[in-house]
Amino acid sequence: MLDTIRRLVDEQGRLSVTAATIGDDADLYATGLTSFAAVQLMLALEETFDVEFPDRMLNRRSFSSISAIAGCLHELKAEEAA
Amino acid sequence: MNAPLDLGANVVATAARHADDVDRKGRFPAEAIQALKDARFLSLSIPIEFGGGGASLSDVAEICTSLGQQCASTAMIFAMHQIKVSSLVAHGRGSAWHEEFMRRVCDEQLLLGSATTEGGVGGNMRNSICAFQRDGAIFRIAKEGALISYGAYSDAILVTARRASDSPPSDQQMAVLEKSQYELERTGSWDALGMRGTCSEGFTFSGQAPVEQIFTHDFAEIASQSMLATAHLLWSAVWFGVASDALARAQSFVRKDARRRPDGPAPGALRLAEAANKLQLMRVNIVEGLKRFARAQQNEDDLNSMNFAVAMNNVKIGSSQLSIEIINHALLIAGIAGYKNDTPFSVGRHMRDALSAQVMISNDRIFTNLSNLLLAQRIDQRLGD
Repeated sequence: MLDTIRRLVDEQGRLSVTAATIGDDADLYATGLTSFAAVQLMLALEETFDVEFPDRMLNRRSFSSISAIAGCLHELKAEEAA
Repeated sequence: MNAPLDLGANVVATAARHADDVDRKGRFPAEAIQALKDARFLSLSIPIEFGGGGASLSDVAEICTSLGQQCASTAMIFAMHQIKVSSLVAHGRGSAWHEEFMRRVCDEQLLLGSATTEGGVGGNMRNSICAFQRDGAIFRIAKEGALISYGAYSDAILVTARRASDSPPSDQQMAVLEKSQYELERTGSWDALGMRGTCSEGFTFSGQAPVEQIFTHDFAEIASQSMLATAHLLWSAVWFGVASDALARAQSFVRKDARRRPDGPAPGALRLAEAANKLQLMRVNIVEGLKRFARAQQNEDDLNSMNFAVAMNNVKIGSSQLSIEIINHALLIAGIAGYKNDTPFSVGRHMRDALSAQVMISNDRIFTNLSNLLLAQRIDQRLGD
């Protein structure tokens, strides 16, 4: 999952560095993620992982790091399974 | 709370007295700003513990409206100053330098300006080209093509830049620089259609200061948690003042006309009713926005949410559009008496001032951002909270 997230971050995030060089907990906003790019990234995550981000996850924190994104996806997949 | 309003009567009267001259000459409303300082209104919303008035944003908005009814330029300068103060209050706590600076704003009634745009970023304040160049305990900054309202009259300026020269454009911080720490080289004039007293000239801003004057919170946080909401709400309060005064003038025209016509109201009376409806929509939009902001301040996730950003942007779009519609109605009602600049029913200055609303942060830019957010954020279908 983390590799896929990194690929989507590279494609949609418009960061100043490649996602491979970014730690799981590093601040994506500090590497250039904008709120505009965060929405594009969210759409790509929804398409790839077949989930929908609910309103409660639509805040700055949800897209602040690779692991924060993974946390959201885990939570959504768990809800789906339940 | 009526105390600030009572205190404000003198400030409002001073602003009213010089409004036409400020507009005609495109000059800084020095008398009204001095009156604001004399009434200690520049520190109105700073917490009492730092020596301020401890007023709520609603109280500040009320004063923006009262000033807006008389002199939109003074009202907008007051609003823009309070937006800077809100960033200090929300993000300066816990920093010894910023807390001490808040005390000085109170004691010395310092007027705070803002340098958040620069040439080459296309008006997007969330991007910077210039960067803070740190050198030991101090930093240097040089910002070109910055539009700084009342920059030449500010006692301190809050300036944004990239965190460092190798940071991406969106990774910004903000610093406070005092007048003695910067130089302004004027590069552009302010001969504008309206809001002529804000003196929003172009400058090259260059300065240096100790690094402790840089806010520890990222500018992204400052922008979304204090600037976005206070700017859209206080600007809207100013425009509400401008629009409501225009409509009051139109109403007195209709009443005067009705007294002369025993056979029923003139056609303008219908327009008045229609515009009064728009004014109510405008008021509700702003008041609901103030409540929404107060609620979000209790919950950081809410404050950083798309839902909140959409709501605040919509407040700005709605009130900027409605203000122009209302003033246009006032003009239709009063006719030539409203079009002329020297009658009790004149609304020319109102219209020119209010036209700034749709371009100070262009509505089209905001709609573009909103349309992006609405790819994620669901339409809120609830009536209540």
